[in-house]
Amino acid sequence: MDTAEIMVTVGGLALAVFVVWYFFFSSRQTAAAVSSSGGVQEVAVTVKGGYSPAVIEVERGKPVQLSFYRDEENSCSEELLMPDFSVRRDLPAFKTTLVELLPQQAGTFEFTCGMGMLRGSLVVK
Amino acid sequence: MSPELETTTLDIEGMTCASCASFVEKSLSRTPGVQNAMVNFATEKATVHYLPDQASPTTLKEAVVKAGYGVIERVPDTSAAERNAEIDRQKAVAYQKLKRRFWVALGLAIVIMPLSMLMLWPALMQRVNMQWLNYTLLVLTLPVLLYSGREFYVSAWNGFKHRAANMDTLVAVGTGAAFLYSLAATVVPGFFTSRGIMPEVYYDTTATIIALILLGKVMEMRAKTQTSAAMKALLGLQVKTARVVRPNGQELDVPIEQVQLGDTVVVRPGEKVATDGVILEGHSSLDEAMLTGESLPVEKKVGDAVFGATLNKTGSFRFRVTKVGADTMLSRIVKLVEDAQGSRAPIQRLADKVSAIFVPTVVVVAILTFVLWFDLATVATRLPLALVNFVAVLIIACPCALGLATPTAIMVSTGKGAEHGVLIRNAEALEKAYQVNTVLLDKTGTITNGQPAVTDFVAPGQDAKHLLHLIAAVERQSEHPLAEAVVRYADAQHAAKVSATGFRAVEGKGAAATVAGQAVLIGNRRLLADEGVALSPELVTQAEQLLDQAKTVLYAAVAGEAVALIGVADSVRETSAAAIRKLQALGIEVVMMTGDNPQTAAQVASQVGIKRYFAEVLPGDKAGKVKELQMEGRIVAMVGDGINDAPALAQADIGLAVGSGTDVAMEAAGITLMRSDLNGVVTAIELSRQTIRTIRQNLFFAFIYNILGIPIAAGLLYPVLGWLLSPMLAAGAMALSSVSVLTNSLRLRAFTNR
Repeated sequence: MDTAEIMVTVGGLALAVFVVWYFFFSSRQTAAAVSSSGGVQEVAVTVKGGYSPAVIEVERGKPVQLSFYRDEENSCSEELLMPDFSVRRDLPAFKTTLVELLPQQAGTFEFTCGMGMLRGSLVVK
Repeated sequence: MSPELETTTLDIEGMTCASCASFVEKSLSRTPGVQNAMVNFATEKATVHYLPDQASPTTLKEAVVKAGYGVIERVPDTSAAERNAEIDRQKAVAYQKLKRRFWVALGLAIVIMPLSMLMLWPALMQRVNMQWLNYTLLVLTLPVLLYSGREFYVSAWNGFKHRAANMDTLVAVGTGAAFLYSLAATVVPGFFTSRGIMPEVYYDTTATIIALILLGKVMEMRAKTQTSAAMKALLGLQVKTARVVRPNGQELDVPIEQVQLGDTVVVRPGEKVATDGVILEGHSSLDEAMLTGESLPVEKKVGDAVFGATLNKTGSFRFRVTKVGADTMLSRIVKLVEDAQGSRAPIQRLADKVSAIFVPTVVVVAILTFVLWFDLATVATRLPLALVNFVAVLIIACPCALGLATPTAIMVSTGKGAEHGVLIRNAEALEKAYQVNTVLLDKTGTITNGQPAVTDFVAPGQDAKHLLHLIAAVERQSEHPLAEAVVRYADAQHAAKVSATGFRAVEGKGAAATVAGQAVLIGNRRLLADEGVALSPELVTQAEQLLDQAKTVLYAAVAGEAVALIGVADSVRETSAAAIRKLQALGIEVVMMTGDNPQTAAQVASQVGIKRYFAEVLPGDKAGKVKELQMEGRIVAMVGDGINDAPALAQADIGLAVGSGTDVAMEAAGITLMRSDLNGVVTAIELSRQTIRTIRQNLFFAFIYNILGIPIAAGLLYPVLGWLLSPMLAAGAMALSSVSVLTNSLRLRAFTNR
């Protein structure tokens, strides 16, 4: 094994480990919902190559209004899926789309883009 | 001065009763500049006409807030139809842009390709300056990268910031690596030659990959718009205006949003019914196919329910509005289909899990491929080989095929179902219907018309008219369908109406009450037996004759003596026998259940070709019969009316609620049939079978494609067969894979009820 091979091997393995850590194990941006005067828990989510915040905390039994602002034209994020709440919504680019739901059970419910690549989760407490 | 009036609609929050609505209306009307304001409690909307120089949406909002209510800030997308129009417009623009990007990439790739292949003609190569050629290729490739492929890099970077990776990540990293390598080989070829490596460039690879993947996206986008075609058709049914009759008798066309409960609406021949209601005057035949799938027009007269979006064929009529906005049948259907399309099919679970880790995993596999090739190949070839295989792995991997496999099929099929009057609640219901091997039918209302009628009234040696009015007095207090038949019969015979006291219903047996001082019993034979009333031999013979004709027999006793028999029959629907044959041809055992006696049950069963049936089933035992069949290891679909059969529908593996369009408890069952005949059951089962088959094919293809494609691209077959996959071929395969899955799902659009 020459030096180049050693460098490539070590560098490659390190990169692979980084990829696994970065995409699977690093922590995500979390936000808790703010309750409006009407008792609706409101959260604004920006959609641009992902969801920010990606983890949304809400309380059980109170209506939740998520406003998704899609800040890009990229087709990956054009659909929003929340299978646990039977939601499939098209998100128009550069517009806000409201999604209203009433979480009855505590738990973590994922939401994804149409193909399950972009992910976020709704944590109901 | 007559400035133009402006109209705006506000979404009001916090109204709990109709009086709140009038309060909001008042405070809006008092706002300066407001000409008139109308608040609809049901839809929670206020429609305000105002002078734009004196009032504005802001002042209107303040007025509502001052009144103690809220205004929900809506983005301009108030209705699903409008929202859809905006999305359609954006999609059309995006499609045009995508096509332009594709043509640019394709045009340049066609030039880049042959230029890159000059090395195949050594004689020609000697006359060209290698360095200049590379620079030319670089200049040609840059627009492909920066214009056509720009979105891949932007999206990959945005995703990376969110710790998310998608298909664009793979394309960006793959083409990016090939381009950067080529750039280095072009600008600093000395760095490569000094290490004994040919400074090869991969501009053709970069450009071709982008062109092919864009081609895939163009085809995908075109196919995808077709998956939601049925939903669009449903939304398009919504009527925009209604001809409302004002209290002064004036007829006025008003926007549908302003129609209120209780309004009277006029419908002329050839017009669509604006919303749901009840006919006040006139009669007509209506085409309800768009809601129920029933192709024959339905006759409607005063008192009958009409539904928004159905087409008035012959007569003119007026109806009173009973439902508006989200409560109408059409809106409920739209909502149900929308929900179904958003639901997750259990069959998809594995694909979802794989999708979640797919892209990062492929990136890791690509890195390892690079490392292995670099370590194992000869010094002169290791870098190009490692690079080419690294790119091939990234490009061939196709998460889209996995992601599209199930939802596209579900979308097409739920839409198709709605077209046929079969409303599927969610993807899980579709999966369950696929597994069904036994269909349990509740006789009344499914096999038969569900409206029994009195055919015989036998009262040997008695005053028939007198008896009838006694019996009718008891039955008037009962809600049982048989009792209603008796009452209808008595009314037709003009029997006198008297009152009954001490009414008591005996579940599954009949009813008893005191009429004109006499105890009257009416019910089945068990009721009389329980009450200790014996039947005369003559009545027994007569009863047997009626039973032989498959009639239900009601026994009546007055003052402890059996006096009369009533024969009631429920006619079998014309379509039942054929539908049951079709189900049996699908390999499904059809079982019937009825509260009738065994003779009647046997008669009806043989009439429609059913071999197994349960007779004398009490209403409370229906769920038990479902369980009984399940205990035999069967997967049972229960078909019932959705209201009385709710527990049995819930017990069954899949419940199918049959309704004639009115007040269907859509939420009670997995599948709702808008048409009240058994053909809907056949449609539901055939559709579910085709859908699940399609999903399985899609998933199989998507998995197999990736499972075989990635190792081949990594060069796993190289040691054995000497195969290496060109990244350009990989791009072609990838573009085709997601399109094939989509096309396969679209085949479901051809579904027709045989």
